Amino acid sequence: MEITTTQYNRCDVVKMTGRVDTYTAPKLQETMDAVVESGKNNIVFDMSEVDFLSSKGLWVLTETQKKCKKQRGKLVLVNTDEKIRKSFDLVGMGDYFDIFDDLTAAVGSF
Amino acid sequence: MTTVIFPGRFESLEKISKFVKKAARNAGLGEDAVYGVELAVDEACSNIIEHAYQGENVGDIECTCEVTVSGIKIVICDNGQPFDPGQVPKPDLSSPVEERKKGGLGLFYIDQMMDEARFEFTPGKNKLIMIKHK
Repeated sequence: MEITTTQYNRCDVVKMTGRVDTYTAPKLQETMDAVVESGKNNIVFDMSEVDFLSSKGLWVLTETQKKCKKQRGKLVLVNTDEKIRKSFDLVGMGDYFDIFDDLTAAVGSF
Repeated sequence: MTTVIFPGRFESLEKISKFVKKAARNAGLGEDAVYGVELAVDEACSNIIEHAYQGENVGDIECTCEVTVSGIKIVICDNGQPFDPGQVPKPDLSSPVEERKKGGLGLFYIDQMMDEARFEFTPGKNKLIMIKHK
């Protein structure tokens, strides 16, 4: 599991590899919190190398979205695996995130 | 039928996942169904550590995978605190996401992802039996 943050002019891109489960979710939350606390509130979560996301991971994303929205920002997702998208839909969270198929488009949306 | 005993800590979740995914593929399940099994098992084991053992490194998680004619049967056992599944509040899936309380999705995902899921509690042993068809 690896998490990296890349800063762009209008947003930060957080990229994670592997699984987002109860073991790794706290590390993702820490990273997201650090971005928000640094005053950035537009975040792109690059999921191109995330192959699994449990309910704990989903809560990290919803908590981060809430924090971003409070500061008039937004969390968007990119390259989210279809199976993970279906798990969002199942719990009525499919519309809570804008999901892009392309990193450039996601970054460009801000 | 294969049984593996994993230490009850969150670091084990990835190893448990690899074990059940391999068994589910061997059973002939498609990739969507394999992901469903992975999600259900991950939620179940995470709940065991958090709620039954109330912490890491308290007890083990015994996981048995059995390839059947129709698919796969997975049995997960622990020696932690039993619970009444009927008393676990159902997750709120209709309110705006901002207003929802955290938690409660684990059992929901288990029910949704598996064709059958039932708990059995005997003194000192909790068992979750799950079945997924091809």
